[in-house]
Amino acid sequence: MKPFRFDRAGDISGAVATLAREPDGEFLAGGTNLVDLMKVGVMEPDVLVDVRRLTSAEIEDLPDGGLRIGAAVTNSELAADRRVRSRYPVLSQALLAGASGQLRNLATTGGNLLQRTRCVYFYDTTTPCNKREPGTGCSALEGCNKDHAIFGASRHCVATHPSDMAVAMTALDAVVLVRGPGGERRIPVAELHRLPGDEPQRDTTLEHAELITAVDLPPLGFSSNSRYRKVRERASYAFALVSVAAALQVRDGTVHDVRIALGGVAHMPWRARKAEDALRGRPAGQESFRAAAEAELADAVPLRENSYKVPLAGNVITRTLLDLTGAP
Amino acid sequence: MDISLKADGRERRIAVDPRTTLLDALRERLGIYAAKKGCDHGQCGACTILLDGKRVNSCLALAVAHDGAEIITAEGLAADGELHAMQRSFIEHDAFQCGYCTPGQIVSAVGMLSEAEAGWPSHVTRDVSAGETRLTDDEIRERMSGNLCRCGAYANIVSAIREAAEGGRFR
Repeated sequence: MKPFRFDRAGDISGAVATLAREPDGEFLAGGTNLVDLMKVGVMEPDVLVDVRRLTSAEIEDLPDGGLRIGAAVTNSELAADRRVRSRYPVLSQALLAGASGQLRNLATTGGNLLQRTRCVYFYDTTTPCNKREPGTGCSALEGCNKDHAIFGASRHCVATHPSDMAVAMTALDAVVLVRGPGGERRIPVAELHRLPGDEPQRDTTLEHAELITAVDLPPLGFSSNSRYRKVRERASYAFALVSVAAALQVRDGTVHDVRIALGGVAHMPWRARKAEDALRGRPAGQESFRAAAEAELADAVPLRENSYKVPLAGNVITRTLLDLTGAP
Repeated sequence: MDISLKADGRERRIAVDPRTTLLDALRERLGIYAAKKGCDHGQCGACTILLDGKRVNSCLALAVAHDGAEIITAEGLAADGELHAMQRSFIEHDAFQCGYCTPGQIVSAVGMLSEAEAGWPSHVTRDVSAGETRLTDDEIRERMSGNLCRCGAYANIVSAIREAAEGGRFR
């Protein structure tokens, strides 16, 4: 591992100010992804600013009925929180579908959002990769791309975002609180990550030295009727081929409101707004669910090895919505 | 950088390079070899320790980021020469072959039982909003999925953990 300086900042403003002066530095929280990337030489920061003990590790009730999750809350504590489990079960399920018990005990809410893609070429420093080394080319475009994106990719990058948690937060319209050199701002989680375009080295819309301090979950009347379903190559401890986070509100047999987001299909959690729009006011049943999934998937552009993701995503969306109606 | 760690009951003060992981600090600096280096990437669980009471992969935790922490490895579970109930159960059930993953499996199982006792759900818990968690074999397998055993001793590992758990509230 390349040598680096370790900085123990005293508070959030100090940490932000320190990193703002260090163009090649990074914040460190749980470290489960960053330390690994440093071991394999994909990331080589010269300074780490430790923020794990600076941001909140609490989950607070907000006056509007939502929840504020401190950035240092671990993935396991968030998944186990009684309020999350009853009011936002999709979030608890998404967290529990990710990583292992040991990793969830270290990994934080802020860090989970900022984890990097698991594209094999991004990890393999002997191959070209525009995300790791801009301008060198994308090895996955014509290489092994069964795990890669079917939405929003570019000829520069076809990687997917690996987080399960972020998919659930996208469906729930969560908002990320950020502190940077210019002060505080709030970013809808759906606008935190970005499509690769011609700058795949940028995973998010954050500027250098901007620190995630918390995530707000807004109240959503029907979020207790929500669910996360993940398809992967083994029963546990693997990244998603395709996943779906959904919340559904049915009145008199008709879809009154719905939220759907997909994982494993794009460079960011993919909010399925076309499917949502196709569903509102339609009968809550298999036929409309299937049609809505197809409306979304009409935009899919599969690669050589991942066309299976199109019917898979259609099936997973349909089945998850059926589950939320209580259908067998 | 100077850090202090309470490792298996003993307060230790050491100077470490910032690149040192907790796993390397234990093995290379403190002479505690129970936590094993398997993949060194957080994928196999052989390095599992209890860090301030929670099971974690010590290969991904930088020692400088955990100054003042309390660490328990499989060595530290055995107090005053008496084996921990989980260690006895692994022996009784022949829950290993080569033994390399075993200290990580045992520490992970101890941490996992505390999580289950605290009512934490898992991926196979049918209703996460329900209060109770019954520790079925499926629950044990899912909750232990971060510990790989290349000898394939899983069947006996599950029985060993089931029996150790039966000493607690999971009957």
